[in-house]
Amino acid sequence: MNGLSKAMSSTVGTKFMVAATGAILALFVLGHMAGNLQIFLGPDTFNHYAATLKGMPGLLWIARLVLLAALVLHVAGNMKLRGRNSAARPVAYADKKPLASTAYSRTMMVSGLILLAFIVYHLAHFTLGLLYPGFYSLTDAEGRHDVYSMVVLGFREPLVAIPYLIAMTLLFSHLAHGVASVFQSFGVRRPAWRDGIDLAGRLFAIVVAAGNILIVLACLAGLIEPFQEVL
Amino acid sequence: MKLTLKVWRQNDPNDAGRFVEYKTEALADMSFLEMLDELNEKLIEKGEEPVAFDHDCREGICGMCSLMINGQPHGPDRLTTTCQLHMRRFKDGDTIVIEPWRASAFPVVRDLVVDRSSFDRIIASGGYISVSTGGTPDANIIPVPKAEADTAMDAAACIGCGACVAACKNASASLFTAAKVAHLAHLPQGQAERYRRVKGMVEQMDAEGFGSCSNTYDCEAACPKGIGVRFISEMNRDYCKALVSGE
Amino acid sequence: MQLDSRIPSGPIEKKWEQHRFEMKLVNPANKRKFKVIVVGSGLAGASASATMSELGYNVDCFCFQDSPRRAHSIAAQGGINAAKNYQNDGDSIRRLFYDTVKGGDFRSREANVYRLAEVSNHIIDQCAAQGVPFAREYGGLLANRSFGGAQVSRTFYARGQTGQQLLLGAYQALEKQIHVGSVKMHPRKEMLDLVLKDGRAAGIITRDLVTGKIERHAAHAVVLATGGYGNVFFLSTNAKGSNVTASWRAYKRGAAFANPCYTQIHPTCIPVSGDHQSKLTLMSESLRNDGRCWVPKQQGDKRAPGQIPESERDYYLERKYPSFGNLAPRDIASRAAKEVCDEGRGVGPGGKGVYLDFSAAIQRLGKDVIEQRYGNLFEMYERITDENPYQVPMRIYPAVHYTMGGLWVDYNLMSTIPGLHVIGEANFSDHGANRLGASALMQGLADGYFVLPYTIGDYLASKKPELVSTDDAEFVATEEAVTGKLKRLLSINGKRTPQSFHKELGKLVWEKCGMARNRAGLQEAIERIPALREEFWADVKVPGENQELNQSLEYAGRVADFLEFGELMCRDALHREESCGGHFREEYQTEDGEAKRNDEDFAYVAAWEYAGDGAAPVLHKEPLEFENVHLATRSYK
Ligand SMILES: Cc1cc2nc3c(=O)[nH]c(=O)nc-3n(C[C@H](O)[C@H](O)[C@H](O)COP(=O)(O)OP(=O)(O)OC[C@H]3O[C@@H](n4cnc5c(N)ncnc54)[C@H](O)[C@@H]3O)c2cc1C
Ligand code: HEM
Ligand code: HEM
Ligand code: SF4
Ligand code: F3S
Ligand code: FES
Repeated sequence: MNGLSKAMSSTVGTKFMVAATGAILALFVLGHMAGNLQIFLGPDTFNHYAATLKGMPGLLWIARLVLLAALVLHVAGNMKLRGRNSAARPVAYADKKPLASTAYSRTMMVSGLILLAFIVYHLAHFTLGLLYPGFYSLTDAEGRHDVYSMVVLGFREPLVAIPYLIAMTLLFSHLAHGVASVFQSFGVRRPAWRDGIDLAGRLFAIVVAAGNILIVLACLAGLIEPFQEVL
Repeated sequence: MKLTLKVWRQNDPNDAGRFVEYKTEALADMSFLEMLDELNEKLIEKGEEPVAFDHDCREGICGMCSLMINGQPHGPDRLTTTCQLHMRRFKDGDTIVIEPWRASAFPVVRDLVVDRSSFDRIIASGGYISVSTGGTPDANIIPVPKAEADTAMDAAACIGCGACVAACKNASASLFTAAKVAHLAHLPQGQAERYRRVKGMVEQMDAEGFGSCSNTYDCEAACPKGIGVRFISEMNRDYCKALVSGE
Repeated sequence: MQLDSRIPSGPIEKKWEQHRFEMKLVNPANKRKFKVIVVGSGLAGASASATMSELGYNVDCFCFQDSPRRAHSIAAQGGINAAKNYQNDGDSIRRLFYDTVKGGDFRSREANVYRLAEVSNHIIDQCAAQGVPFAREYGGLLANRSFGGAQVSRTFYARGQTGQQLLLGAYQALEKQIHVGSVKMHPRKEMLDLVLKDGRAAGIITRDLVTGKIERHAAHAVVLATGGYGNVFFLSTNAKGSNVTASWRAYKRGAAFANPCYTQIHPTCIPVSGDHQSKLTLMSESLRNDGRCWVPKQQGDKRAPGQIPESERDYYLERKYPSFGNLAPRDIASRAAKEVCDEGRGVGPGGKGVYLDFSAAIQRLGKDVIEQRYGNLFEMYERITDENPYQVPMRIYPAVHYTMGGLWVDYNLMSTIPGLHVIGEANFSDHGANRLGASALMQGLADGYFVLPYTIGDYLASKKPELVSTDDAEFVATEEAVTGKLKRLLSINGKRTPQSFHKELGKLVWEKCGMARNRAGLQEAIERIPALREEFWADVKVPGENQELNQSLEYAGRVADFLEFGELMCRDALHREESCGGHFREEYQTEDGEAKRNDEDFAYVAAWEYAGDGAAPVLHKEPLEFENVHLATRSYK
């Protein structure tokens, strides 16, 4: 912890932490998206996948704790930097033009905070089942939690789908800057790799957001049928 | 050409400051500062106080000139300092907004003049190789690969103008600091103090109240000497190593 | 006034070594009890401050810019000489010494020049150790180029930013010492007067340029490293803030001013484009390695350069100086350009320009090579003139660039005021009547790193000066003089701006005491300058007040000093009835228009002593003896 507090005491150190936790979160959303795509393979596969994850409570909790810690540190670190950064320019320019920065990079705080709100909403929705308890309590033929139907039924509701779509756009935006930025923060965005890293970062963001959006749209458009209907 | 200038006027650090509008004329061949010279001549003749701005060499090397011109540090031309900017870049009837660099680590002294001594203190906290005069070995004893020497020179070209800070949304001095860190880190002579140096300089940069780097890269685009953000990346890497090695 | 140059005896190769041995040393434990004021943070000032503080002295360093790193030295482009002979082309300390004495047209002190050549090698070692990123060969060793008419490759460089990199090296050393607390830096503080106590330099009076506060600073010794006075001409390649104030005030307190008429006009500058022009931009001399200077043969030929056929062009340098051609030394190249323009063959607006043509080089070497060599310069040129030198020849014209004259100093770099040392461009220097390219940086750093730190010890150890209290009557009186002058400037409230006076003075001295001078012109200038000065003190308008950042007030003070200094410069030029180096008297030329030196009557340093306002200054002569380099006519044919 001593190392951490030391790192946190400087801006560059804090940035390492933000980058490391951002990288963890980014890898998670990639994996999560890949897992979620199994929804196209039908209820059996998908529910089996969900049950497998639930079937390893030890690992699951470790993963949850890591994610939670990453998120908390990521947010805390960013808040700290944000505080410094606003103090660093007390008087704003009357006129200021961006020169090379992308809109993604300038709106990281906005996209991040909305993502935070989304995560709360999302956990309430799927993990805690607070939003639609009716969808949450379903089980499939094998007695497993019918996650498949929960998701499909949920996204059929435009009121649910639209916030997801917005959040995924912001996720794209956050990652479009964030992924390549991790490499810069850790000092590996060398001139020769610079364009490659930036491109890969964009692709990463597109893949994650597009994969997720595909699921939502497929459900919304009725392309994926729920395993069971709940009225 | 006829121009409308909106110039930031502020009597001293404690004054709130305001924009004042001036109508003036300029020739295409004038430099931007010559345009301001003419304005000042007219102001003095009218008995008003001229607009204070910093400048010295007027050839883009001393780093003293420092104006935010229409929202861009050193104005619209890339790789150009304010003193090298020429009026042919503007056209008749233009309105030009002129502000000082804005950062809490660069307090306004008067009008467009800011105090950049924070930069000196960053250098003082490690931006050198600790050799005293005399007793140094023959200069050719340590060969330096040309590519490395060239990279060191790329970084060393920084003129300390502060446009990077002015351009950065966080008013971060990362580019300036990194340029000196990288200049010395790319030379064999700089190795002995490499990690101590980066720690000292980063800590001083923070202590001065500059913001942090969010990797947004406006600084690189604003830098009149084309200092690249690769050096910020390298500084981060060295700082990371310094933290790990606990130096 | 006695001019004692204190040149050590013995053979020239041994003088410095012997002298270092003979000088008194300050006990290391006592060094921290001595305080030294250094005014100026350019190459000379920064290197001296850093080195003296490393030795243990307490140093207070002053500059008028917001940071020591911005001193005018930063602008030097071309390079720095040293007798390393890394290129194995026959260079040696002796050859550098010889070239410098000859280049200076035999108007410098042999012993000083030899010492300069001797320490030049240490400078390169020192700078390399500091991390100055000199240009290198693929093998990793240092690269050299030939520069400014030298026939060996002895110039070290860092792209086109040699001065910047050397200054940053010295600045970083200075910051290192500031960090440990043994140098106190005073940026944005201008020295406005020198305080004497019992005839010795005891301190200075400064004005804080931000708050207007007038301060007294006392020290055991004072060092001026305040640069050259080229801005007396208004238009020059010097930084806008460069001024003569510090030297001038020292002069008025009793320091002799030597050879003020020796001014260097650099041949390759961008021509003046109009009245609004605030300064001139130097294009590195290295351009003459590949560019060819020419003008149309015909007077008033208004055709575009491309339309003038080869046969109607006059490559005047190649014609007049076949063996040096376009690489003829600065003073010669400048004068040749002026000559062809005076003949009405100049090009560009106002006919004040000559072509520097790269088309042959582009054809021979390819555009890429030229771009590699001069890309930055070409860009800079295009930015200023809006013309593309890859397509149309550059237009260049000479401009004031460097001043060889300055406060007189002895071998120990001490002026005629005990305790007042002068280093860098501010002293009358080792360059005689003409400075060779790449040797000002060398001299500034030699003085600061390797000469003054030793010689100042001799003064401190042998004279044991006392630290004078800043409450002393001398400090009070000098401060009063300073405030009185400032008040006066602010109270005139006339109609003309300081700049308008500066421009008028500049134009006058450029015309009468510029590239070519003659008796009538100089006499006229000596009459007109006092009148202009009077008008200044009756009609200048300086808005604002003292207790604030007041750039008009700073400027007015500097212009006031230029208005006094300009007259001395013209007087010196008038008295020197010969042509040598940068001083060309039209009356003294050979049949083919070359400078005609008069060694019989003028082989001396002219050191002027202030004799009171309105009184003519008193001339003192330090005879120059040439025992090692034989007096010869400089010929570059
Ligand atoms: C465009 C250009 C290019 C050049 N290129 C070369 C080159 O390639 N090679 C070469 O050898 N030489 C070159 N020179 C010449 C060389 O740069 C200068 O002669 C040299 O740098 C002078 O150094 P200095 O330390 O004596 O003074 P400067 O660098 O002029 O420093 C003067 C210092 O004194 C301070 N100062 C002045 N007055 C006051 C005051 N009243 N109160 C407080 N502080 C004061 C200033 O703030 C500054 O810090 C060039 C010159 C110019 C103009
Ligand atoms: C799924 C959730 C999240 C992911 C995947 C994620 C990912 C990332 C990544 C990879 C970075 C780049 C780090 C770097 O620049 O080195 C980053 C930066 C950032 N994140 Fe997040 N983040 C997430 C959530 C959040 C949240 C909830 C916030 C809200 C506070 C936030 C705010 C920021 C900010 C402001 C930055 C920029 C930091 C800077 O450059 O200084 N992020 N994020
Ligand atoms: C459309 C896109 C998404 C879908 C369809 C989706 C689906 C799901 C589902 C079904 C669950 C519950 C799994 C279970 O309880 O068995 C879940 C949990 C979770 N999701 Fe998502 N998700 C999406 C996007 C995201 C995003 C973008 C994030 C992060 C920013 C995220 C973070 C989480 C988290 C943290 C959990 C809790 C995991 C746990 O149980 O510990 N999800 N998601
Ligand atoms: S990095 Fe560039 S913008 Fe920043 S101070 Fe240096 S030269 Fe100016
Ligand atoms: S603009 Fe600012 S955010 Fe970093 S990359 Fe440059 S310092
Ligand atoms: S005035 Fe020196 S860089 Fe602009």
